Amino acid sequence: MKSARAMKKFIKFAGIPLAIFSVVLVVPFVNGAYYTFTDWDGFETTKLVGFSNYTKSFQDPTFWSTLRFTALFVVVSLILVNAVAFGLALIVTSQLRSKNFLRTFFFVPNLVGGVVLGVIWQFIFNSALVALANKYDWELFKQSWLQDTNKAFWALIIVTVWQSSGYMMIVYITGLVSIETDVLEASQIDGASPLRTLFTIKIPLMAQAFTIALFLTLRGGFMAYDVNVALTGGGPFRTTELISLHIFQDAFANGNFGTGQSKAVVMFLIVALAALVQVSVSKRYEVQR
Amino acid sequence: MKTRARWGKRATFIVGFTLAFAYVFPFFLVFVNSLKLKYDILENPLAIPVQITWENFQQAYTKMNFFRSLTNSIIITFFSVSLLIIFSSMLAYYLARTKTKLSKYIFLILVASMIVPFQALMIPFMARFAQFVSWNNRGALIFFYIGFGVALSTFLYHGFISNIPTEIDEAASIDGASDMVAFWRIIFPMMRPVTATVAIINALWIWNDFLLPRLVLTNESQTLPLSTYLFYGQYSIEYGQAMAGLVLAVIPIVIFYLILQKQFISGISAGAVK
Repeated sequence: MKSARAMKKFIKFAGIPLAIFSVVLVVPFVNGAYYTFTDWDGFETTKLVGFSNYTKSFQDPTFWSTLRFTALFVVVSLILVNAVAFGLALIVTSQLRSKNFLRTFFFVPNLVGGVVLGVIWQFIFNSALVALANKYDWELFKQSWLQDTNKAFWALIIVTVWQSSGYMMIVYITGLVSIETDVLEASQIDGASPLRTLFTIKIPLMAQAFTIALFLTLRGGFMAYDVNVALTGGGPFRTTELISLHIFQDAFANGNFGTGQSKAVVMFLIVALAALVQVSVSKRYEVQR
Repeated sequence: MKTRARWGKRATFIVGFTLAFAYVFPFFLVFVNSLKLKYDILENPLAIPVQITWENFQQAYTKMNFFRSLTNSIIITFFSVSLLIIFSSMLAYYLARTKTKLSKYIFLILVASMIVPFQALMIPFMARFAQFVSWNNRGALIFFYIGFGVALSTFLYHGFISNIPTEIDEAASIDGASDMVAFWRIIFPMMRPVTATVAIINALWIWNDFLLPRLVLTNESQTLPLSTYLFYGQYSIEYGQAMAGLVLAVIPIVIFYLILQKQFISGISAGAVK
């Protein structure tokens, strides 16, 4: 009797969301992992093929270069986004009277999607800067940054920092304002300089905000797709393809569903591992209060 | 000491305003160029328009089918977010209040699922759901958003419900309220702050999402990000139109943000500390 009632409650409250969650997420996930061991061509499977999809993926030199490019992108964007975001958070929590006004502005790039900002910045790099460079004779911008692999990398980074630092700023603001004022006052009375207070009091006490912001940027870096498509489209010559775009191209443009899905599973494992390491390392720095 | 503090403040002020300028400048550039003739854009992208033209806007408006895209974006975002709020708050309530092994495992699976990148699912996903998508692509998209969004939303609600004392539920059930009534009448209204967080985080994501709609939606049902992408292939020919298209695509969300600014910021910061 009791279990029947419990069952009814389970179905009423959890039935629909869990069913949708399973259909949309769990089933394709398990299915996709299974497909990588078969000769799946997007429509049907006839036999198991072992690890051959994985060996094929790793024999693909463009996959390796994509992985290297993505790793570099994730590391650089992680550092810069968080450094800038933390700086913004400090400005916005300072004594300035215009701080709310500034906060509004810093967050605005976050409102627009990757495609829109990709098109905006493509205009800036391809047209605006080039036109100005020719007019005033600036060597650096005479040729569009998006035509050159190294400069295109920095273009991707600039746009990513511009877009996501506002969001991370809010995460850091939350951390900064959660510090009790009596601790800060005590440090001031003890004569600690603002820098000293920042490094020995504020940062350790808000370590949780760092854990979250680092996790979000790490995940965002690996999953970046929109900016990549809209800004460089992977060009020149597929040298600026991040992993998401690479998988998309492999599967949907070239029809290699087997290797595309294997690469996607590899991507999942890398993200999961990186996130696990990052969270457990940064958790160690969190101070219990 | 005092002068040093004042100088520090002045420096922060200058740095802050320079940065704020850099953050908004791209938008300003887009707006200025959307009002210019093609020749003026190429001549000097930074200059204020000599001769203002609204033609770019007219053309962009028709080309991207602005009204239809806007309606699609609103419909899809509204239904996805509302259903996500309803379903995930109920699920979170169940999981937080039922202290069984099963509900613990379900919660763990939901949390773990948040690190699964969409790219790891998208290929089998499209193969499996092709038929469903061709039957009703907007409905399918909303269904998918619920599936992908339910984990984070449930997680946010779960943290909040754990802080609501169970005595409240017990009092309601003694008064003869059923589970459902107790939840919707008493618990749900208490969760307004998280509901705001859940709504804002999901709305921003769904409104701006590109990859999933690109895979799922047809031409008639395209959303604003997709219709902006239209200019992408052609931008080198018609800068002015592309810029006008961007202005049109950005305006609705910016207005929304300026009105609900406080809710945006507090919503996101509440989501960040979980």
